[in-house]
Parts: sequence; C-alpha cells; structure tokens
Amino acid sequence: MKHETLAPPVTPETPHESAEKHVTGRADYTDDLVLPQGALHAYLGLSTVAHGRILSMNLDAVRAAPGVIDVMTAADVPGKNDVSPIGKNDDPILADGMVMFHGQPVFAVIAETREQARRAARLAKIDYEPLPHVLDPLTALDAGGELAVPGMTLRRGDPQAALPKAPRRIDGRFTIGGQDHFYLETQIALAIPGEDDEVVIFTSTQHPTEVQHMVAHALGVPANAVVVNVRRMGGGFGGKETQMNLFCCVAAIAAKKWHRAVKLRPDRDDDMIATGKRHDFVVDYSVGFDEAGRILAVEGDWYARCGFSADLSMAVTDRALFHADNAYFYPDVEVRSHPLRTNTVSNTAFRGFGGPQGVIVAERIIEEIAYATGQDTLAVRKANLYRNGQLTPYHQPVEDMILPRLLAELEESCDYARRRQAVLDWNARMQAAGGPIRKGIALTPVKFGISFTATHFNQAGALVHIYTDGSIQLNHGGCEMGQGLHTKIAQVVAEAFNVGLDRIKVTKTTTEKVPNTSATAASSGTDLNGMAALDAANQIKRRLVEFLCAAKDATPEEIRFVPDHVVVRDETIPFSKVIEMAYLSRVQLWAAGFYATPKIHWNRAEGRGRPFYYYAYGAACSEVSVDTLTGEYVIERADVLHDVGRSINPALDKGQVEGAFVQGTGWLTSEELWWDKEGRLRTHAPSTYKIPLASDRPKVFNVKLAEWSENKERTIKRSKAVGEPPFMLGISVFEAIGHAVASVADYRECPRLDAPATPERVLMAVERLRGGPLALSGG
Amino acid sequence: MIRFLLNDTEIQLTEAGPGDTLLDFLRLGRGLTGTKEGCAEGDCGACTVLVGRLHDGAMVYEPVNACIRFLAACHRCHVVTIEHLRGPDGGLHPIQAAMVEHHGSQCGFCTPGFVMALYGLWMTHENPDVVQIETALQGNLCRCTGYEPIVRAALAAGQAGGQLQDFLTLERAEVAAKLAAMPAGADVSRGGERAILPADTDDLARVLVQHPQATIVAGATDVGLWVTKQLRPISPGVFIGHLMKGIEVSADEIRIGAGVTYSEFAPVIDEHFPEVEDYFLRIGGWQIRNAGTIGGNIANGSPIGETPPLLIALGARIVLRLGDARRELPLEEFFLEYGRQDRRPGEFVETVIIPRKGRALIAAYKMSKRQSADISAISAGFRIAVENGIIASARVAFGGMAGIPARAVQAEAALEGRPFTAATFEAAACAVKNDFTPLTDFRATADYRHAVAANFFRRFWLEHSGQEVPVRLNRAVGE
Repeated sequence: MKHETLAPPVTPETPHESAEKHVTGRADYTDDLVLPQGALHAYLGLSTVAHGRILSMNLDAVRAAPGVIDVMTAADVPGKNDVSPIGKNDDPILADGMVMFHGQPVFAVIAETREQARRAARLAKIDYEPLPHVLDPLTALDAGGELAVPGMTLRRGDPQAALPKAPRRIDGRFTIGGQDHFYLETQIALAIPGEDDEVVIFTSTQHPTEVQHMVAHALGVPANAVVVNVRRMGGGFGGKETQMNLFCCVAAIAAKKWHRAVKLRPDRDDDMIATGKRHDFVVDYSVGFDEAGRILAVEGDWYARCGFSADLSMAVTDRALFHADNAYFYPDVEVRSHPLRTNTVSNTAFRGFGGPQGVIVAERIIEEIAYATGQDTLAVRKANLYRNGQLTPYHQPVEDMILPRLLAELEESCDYARRRQAVLDWNARMQAAGGPIRKGIALTPVKFGISFTATHFNQAGALVHIYTDGSIQLNHGGCEMGQGLHTKIAQVVAEAFNVGLDRIKVTKTTTEKVPNTSATAASSGTDLNGMAALDAANQIKRRLVEFLCAAKDATPEEIRFVPDHVVVRDETIPFSKVIEMAYLSRVQLWAAGFYATPKIHWNRAEGRGRPFYYYAYGAACSEVSVDTLTGEYVIERADVLHDVGRSINPALDKGQVEGAFVQGTGWLTSEELWWDKEGRLRTHAPSTYKIPLASDRPKVFNVKLAEWSENKERTIKRSKAVGEPPFMLGISVFEAIGHAVASVADYRECPRLDAPATPERVLMAVERLRGGPLALSGG
Repeated sequence: MIRFLLNDTEIQLTEAGPGDTLLDFLRLGRGLTGTKEGCAEGDCGACTVLVGRLHDGAMVYEPVNACIRFLAACHRCHVVTIEHLRGPDGGLHPIQAAMVEHHGSQCGFCTPGFVMALYGLWMTHENPDVVQIETALQGNLCRCTGYEPIVRAALAAGQAGGQLQDFLTLERAEVAAKLAAMPAGADVSRGGERAILPADTDDLARVLVQHPQATIVAGATDVGLWVTKQLRPISPGVFIGHLMKGIEVSADEIRIGAGVTYSEFAPVIDEHFPEVEDYFLRIGGWQIRNAGTIGGNIANGSPIGETPPLLIALGARIVLRLGDARRELPLEEFFLEYGRQDRRPGEFVETVIIPRKGRALIAAYKMSKRQSADISAISAGFRIAVENGIIASARVAFGGMAGIPARAVQAEAALEGRPFTAATFEAAACAVKNDFTPLTDFRATADYRHAVAANFFRRFWLEHSGQEVPVRLNRAVGE
C-alpha cells in the first residue's frame, strides 16, 4: 500500500491554469486568433445625439471610403433587431428610426481592414430631429418617472407606523455613482460563417448561450445553427454578461451576408460610450432608532439610472433592495425600487449586481445613527447585526450568521480599538496645531446573498471525457474571465479521480459541448459548474468501480482511488492502466453532469421567498489619511477577514478578495462617470476615467480568509462563492474617508459624502463641515 | 528606409506612413500578439514594450507604450517584446516566474505589459522597494488583482537578482554595434504620406523650413492620440525624439534640449530642484515619462501643461529656432491664448533655459482625481524669494485655471514686498480668486479649482513656515 503515503497530486494553492501563458504573452484572446483568409472587419457608427428621431441617413461617403465592402443598418438585420436579454424587444442591435442615447450604434461598416472600417464610420451624415432627453434619475422622476422595468417593494412589519413612534429619526439622501467595468480587453466578436445557416462565433462573453440565442434570433435561424466559443476573457466583471450580444450579432450578420469571417472590436472609447455600466442611484432613506442606536424602522426609495432599455435593470435594482439591510435586522421595513428610464447607455450587470448600492445605504444609515448618538460606528454595527432566525425584508430567515465571530476576530487582529484612539488623538493634535492632514478609520461588514434571483438560472452542466491514454478533457458551462474558474473545476475533477492536474485539460467554453448554460455571473461559477463537473466525474467513477468489481471480483469497499492509481484490494493499478482496461471492456468513459441548486424559490410580486441558497460574509477595516487642503487621500492600511467557506483554492480566493477590495475602492473614490448636458459621457477612456493604480492600493494590506468557516449548505467542497462579496469591503475606505472629514467638525455631524468620494467631493465636504476654507492664522 | 532591431531580427522598412504605430506593426504585421491593445492612448500599459536606444554609445532600455509609439520613431532602436523574454535556461524569465509563483495574473490581459514594465525596472534597479515598484507601475492598469500579488512578485524578483546573466545584458554590446552602424536619419513614405527623421538638429531646421506645415513629433504622447483617437493625418511627420538631447548645467543656468524626456530630466530635478521631485513623479506613468519630452510638453500648448507652470515660476526662457535664426523669449510669453502659441511656421522649440541665480523657496503642486498618471485638474509652480523676512519676489503660475498656463498676477502682488507671514499668504489665497475664471469640466468644477488654488498658497505657507506639522500625504510605507 505504498501509494497511500503519496501526497495528493493537487495542492490547494495551485496557480491559475493559464498563468504561464499569461506571463509569456502566449495566452490567446479573441483578438489574437489567427484570422481565416479574407477576413473582414466591422466597425460601428454611433449616434451623436442623446435622444432623437433619425430624419435621414446619408451613408454615401461611408460606402465610398477606401476598403469598404458594405454599410449595414437596422434594415439589414435578417431576423429580429433586438438583443434584450429579457425579451422586451427594447434593445435594438442598430437603432431603427429613433436613437435613445448618445453613442448608440446606428450603423455598421464592413471593410477590408479595421482601420478602414473605423475611418469610414466617421464619414456618415445623419440628420436627427432632437427630442428632449433626461439623463439622471431625479430629472427622469421630474419628467414623469417612466420606468425601464417594473419596480419592486420589499416590506415586513409596518414601518409607516413604527417610524413616527421611534425616539429618534433621520431622513437623508445619498447619491451613489456608477462605474465602468474597465475590463482590460474590450468587447470583441469574430464570426466565421459555415455551410447552410451555420455560424461559429469566437468571442469574449460571460454568457455564450445568450449570445447563441441572440445571434440565432438576429439571423432568423434556430439555435442549433450557432456555435459560440469562449476560451478566456480579458476581464468581465459583469460587463460581458449581456453587452457582447450586440457585437456578436453584427459580426454574425455580416459574416453570413458576405460569407467571409468578420471581426468587430471597438476602440476603448467606443466600448466605454456604447456599453452599459454599474447603475448609479439616488436613495432617499428614513431610519427610526432608539437612544442606544438600535434600528427600529427603515424606509427607503432607490431611484436608479437604468438607461434607455431594460437589459438586466430589473434584477439589478431588485438586488439593491435585497441588500438594503446588509447585515442588519430592520424590525419594520419597507424599501422600494424605481428603475428609471434615462437617455443614457443601458446600465447592466457589474460585480455585486446592485448589491453594493444596497449595502452602502445600510452602512450610511449606521453612520447616521453613530454620529447622531456619538458612538463608534462599529458599536452601532454590532448592536444591529442579524441574529440567526431573524427575517430579512424578503422574509428569508438568516440561518448562517457568522459575523459576530468574524468581526470580533478582525477587530482583534487589526488592533481596531487602539488604532481608532490613535486616529482620534492625531486628529485632535492636528486640530490644535492647524495641520491639514486628518485620519479616519472604519470597520465595515458585508453579508451577501448567493444565487441568481431568477431561480431557473441556478443550474449547470459539465462534460468529462477520459481518453484511452488516461488523459482527461473537462468542459463545463462556466467561462474563464480571470477568476480561476477553470483551475478550480479542474481541481474538483482531479480530486475526484485522485489524479494530477497535468492529466486534465479544461477546454474552451462552447455551446457545442454543454448547452443551455447560465451566465458566468452572480459569483456562481464554481458553485454550479463545480457540482456539475463532480457529478460527471462521479458517474465515470461509479462505472470504473463497477467494472473493477466485476473484473477483479471485488466489492466497492475494496476499491480506492489513491494518487494516480487505483487500489483494488492489495493490487495497485496505475490510473491509465485502469482506463485502458475499462475501454477494452467497453465501459463508457465520458459523462455529462448536471446540477440544480436546491431549496431556493422566489415570488417577486409578493416579495417573499428564499432567493438565496446561503450568505457569504466578510469584513474590512481601513485607515486613511486625508489632505484637507485638496481632498486627496491615501489608504494607510486595510485588514480584511473574508468568508469563502472551505476554500477550494485559497490563493485564487485571496486574489479575488484583494482584487475586489481595490475595485470596490475605485468605485467609491476616483472612478467618476461624467456626462455633459448633451448627454455625452466625457470620461470614456483611461485618460479621463481613473481606476486605481498600484500606488492607490492600501500601503499595508492584510488579507485573510476565515479558515474556520464552512458552508452550512452542501455546496461544492462546502466552499462559498467569492467573486462579488468582497467588492463591498471597499466601503470601509469610503467610510474611513468620511470619518477623517467628520473630524473637522469634531464628529458631531455625519459627513454625508456622496459617492464617488473624489478629492473634490472630499474637499467640498470638509469646507461644508468647517463652514468655509481653512484660514491661516497668526504670523 | 527605417531600420531597427525587433527582438533578434533586423527590420528594414522602405514603406511606412508617419501614423503607423509600433503596436499595429507587432500585432498585425508580425503576429506578435503578446503585446496587447487596451486603450490605444498610452494610459493602460497593456502594450508595454522595451525600447532600447543608443545614448552616448551605450544602450538604454526603457518601457514605452507601443500603441502611441510610431514605427518611424523606432528607427535605430532595439524593440523588445514579451515574446523575446527568457530566463538564463531558456525557460521563464525570473520576472515571469515570480509572477506565476505569486499569482500575479488573473485574466492575464494586462500581464505582458506588467511583465515588461517590471523587467525594465528589474534591469535598472537592484532590489527595488515598494515605492519604486509602484512608481514603475504608474503606467500599468490591472483590473483583477488589486496589484498586491504583482508587487509581491516584483519584490521577490528584485531580491533574486540575476541581471548579469540576463540575455539583454549579454546581447547589449552586439546590439549597440548593430544600431551604431545604422544611419541616424531616415525618410520613408507610403501612399503619399511621409515620415522624415532628420539626422541632426541642423538637418531638422532645414527640413522644417522646407516643410513648415509638418507635424513635429517628439515623444508622441499627445500626437499619438491625434492619430489613434482622432484619426488625424499628420503627414509629413517630422520625428525629433532622437534629437536635442543635451543637458548643460552652468553656474547661471540649466539648458535643456527640447528632446529631453521627463525621465532624462529627472536626475536634473533630483539634483537641482529636489523640492519638486514628487511633482515630477506625478506626471504621466513611467512609459509616458520615458517618451514625453520637455520641449513637446511646452510646444503643444496645453492649457494644463504639466511642466510649464513650474517652469514659468522658475523664470524659464525658451529658444525658438527657424532655419539658422534663433530667438529667446520668456516661457509665459510663448502661450498666447488657448490653442495658439508664439511659434512661426517652420519654427521649433530648441532649448529650455532655467536660471539658477538667487536663492528662493520653490514648490510645485498638482491636483488630479487620481494621484498618479492623471492629467492635472489644476497645477501650480511657486518661486518665492525671501530677504530679511520680506518677500522680495514672487512668481506663481497655474495650469488648469485658464486657457493657457499663466501667472497669478494679483496673488503675486499680494505677496511681493510683504512680510513672509501667514497673513500674507492668506491674503494671496484670497487674491488668486481674482486672477482666473476657470472652467467646470469632468476633471473639476470651477469652484473646486478656485478652492484648491487658494489652498495651494496655504499649503505653501504651512510647508515653509517652519512648523512641525505634516502638510502632505506620505506615500511611503511604514511612515
């Protein structure tokens, strides 16, 4: 039994399956694929008004430009001119008669080279009859409040009765900015026509199945004619969940029309102008509480800028309400969403999917109470945490609450109490000495519900092949966008067979192998696809065991999978040999696996159900320094303790937590979307839209996983989803900045910073609280 | 003909347009797809390559953005892409191995650019510290990792060392010899569009007299965007990034050739104006500082102008040359109004002269939404000479407050001849409101620009009044 002592072939901290290809530049992204001979290039022509009727389109100069093969408009769409992911028919591929936002695709140029197509696209002469436009949620509300999708109300108890009875009450308004995904690889589609009605798409989408359906509808062909392939994305973050549909449809239509491969890759500016972003919100909130700072009742209205079409705005604004409580019990509560239609690009999924815009309001409410009652915000947090058994505003009981332990551990390990006192002392000294640098500290928790709230998306498939040489090919419905999904699923399958990762090849995601997949989104990739892959592996394993029992006259208990071998009683057989034997005995060596998340259900009309299988938790403590002369800040230190259940790969999970923290911080600090009065997005490239740099991350950054945590539910290896939850840890930075700002008025007043807290907003808040600029004295 | 070395291959191009970019050449022309396009404007770093060039007979390698590096400007250079990197054993380079070991890649799209920037750092800095690493990475965006594992990888590779065995170290002499054998000038065209590389500055003067409407291209950190974003034709393009590289320091003045890059100028700043070192490291990212030139920053006439406010405060003059004729004028007089400078057709900025006479307090400040690699919303240069407690002279210039970089005349008046006191600076902070009528745009509102302009005077006082309170944010770790 010498093999018993072998180390397991898969170590948990195994690097990303593509890491060596990444660092050598040999990882192929869609734009790197070798093009078929005669490939053409498409480019989009974008609208130049925010809202208007197209009176005439003169595309003669476009057609006459060098290299141009074709110019396509809405009339050239052979099937349905729509990419609405919820079937609302409000999301044209190319604008048909009306344009609804500045930057909306109106026509497409097809040319021999991308540069020719791009140059030609600028030569269009389009006359519009301008129509009035509304750009932001409050203006939209004033203009009649047309909704892009129906709003939702979550209600439990009777807040209208409870609020007036509460000893203290605060009403406030909070403006929360949106965010561009800024995936490093822009949207891209390559369509290669086949025979009959067939077309193959290579693209960078999080949702190959949806692209398949959209392309089929646009072409007017059945879904079985369309194959969509995704090897990897250069980042997604939700921005490639639905937004890739349009690009793929344009490329596919042109490819079928000309029977040549067609590639469409927008320039970064066009990508940022023409594709949706995180929803920005204006939130009006009311909270009733007692003198000790316990929340008694909450009411709130979430007004969202949805853009011109539905896209995913319903689910996004729903999720904002699902997270309006964050980790806190609201005894009486009513929260309402108002998904407003605006003449801006249609906002879409983005890591957290509305959740962060709910969570941050809960944290604002905590701040309000803390400043009003003269307490540490952390004390107010702890006093209001859910206890197991309490109901959320959507009537799901919280059953896996671990925040008391998690917060206590973080508070201790980051030395919160001492450092908070040091911050207060520093600020007092600076106040006395006239020093401009102030400090702030905040420790904030997150509780995040895991599952698609559209219950039917919570299913997945996988396909595992073992070839006769013992090598394994693994395919599943999830897409690799950097999160390490393929690595984790390969680990699951490797562990199931007890073989090394070098034996397993995870292939590109393709609708040809696993059909009817859900988007790789909602942090669900590993939960769903890991279970499906395990199901497939277990089917093959069962057959191998059955075969070995028959072949060796053994019982199943006598068979064990040890590293790279199978032990049958006292005989140790190499894994490859077992496979060869099984093949010769005509055992099926491949299997399709399937998984559907149990227990969940949701009734939106009633606002009741169990939309989430479980919750993931985490907390962060951030300390900042703020320059009150300019509003600039640095993050001195951040400590994170995050719950991923039993981690399948702690290195990859930690990477998700670190990355999400910095991305969440960017959302709340330097990343500002700025539209001018004409509805033109003016921050549409990295020169004007500023995501964090290496030098913007915390100077000291301690990230730990809560190793003791284990998912109460029977998830894959009892792990928890990790993609989205830690995004909201960035709120600790936002609140720490507020804490530093509040010091200029001796913490008597909630700083009420709007997001993002750009240096400008910080300085203006400082001057508001101070009652004017810092004036030099003495001398 | 344009000639350069691409990895280990000599490239000879008889046809090229002035707007052809290195990135397109690599990806479309040579199938070298490891270098990525992320933004095509020099802000994300996904296209970072190393460009080596001869400097006083030796090779200098610097990371630059291939997206806005024109092919013509690669003449007589050694272009090194990610595909060329290798370790001493032919496997992963130590930087690459460290990136794998420390989980420095997630989606991987930015990764080749990071590897190239870190490689550039590794070659030039033994065992860099965290701040040096962050500074080297100001021009590289990553949206996945939060940078922490990348910095860890850079630290580990720095500690491991191994530069002496590195392939570029070993190849260096051979590469230098090959480049030295190539002619300095070049002249190519394609489809009627022409790119001219004058052999020397006198040649440049002649070329510009012949082609007074030519587009002068130095570091192309601005002109590059005319091409990649606005699709503007720039023919004939006259490429000068290899010219006017001299820096002369005398007792009275510092004379800087217009082709000196920010990176080449940095040692002069460190030695002679250490007060503004921080300010210089906030201009662009490393790749931009390796490409952008002091002359170009002046000649393009930006209303913000990262260096002009400081240079105006320092009393800089510039030398303009037309043919063999030269004229000298104070820098502030070069900027006439938004988009218009005092430069005649065929004339070019040849030299920037910074006086060194007299002792004074010097400072430069900038405000931007993000601290590094972000164009200023507002910037300012201060030169305040104090004699016997009285402000003998005050030169204060701002960028971002008007259509051109300009002096704050009323604020200067509020300072000059007054005692060096808080009250005087408070008066100047109030006076500067009357000097400018700034715009509101996506970088900042007019109100904020006014507020910060005033606070810059307050900061200047706090920094120079001898008080013991910290006035600026400290970017270093553990302090």
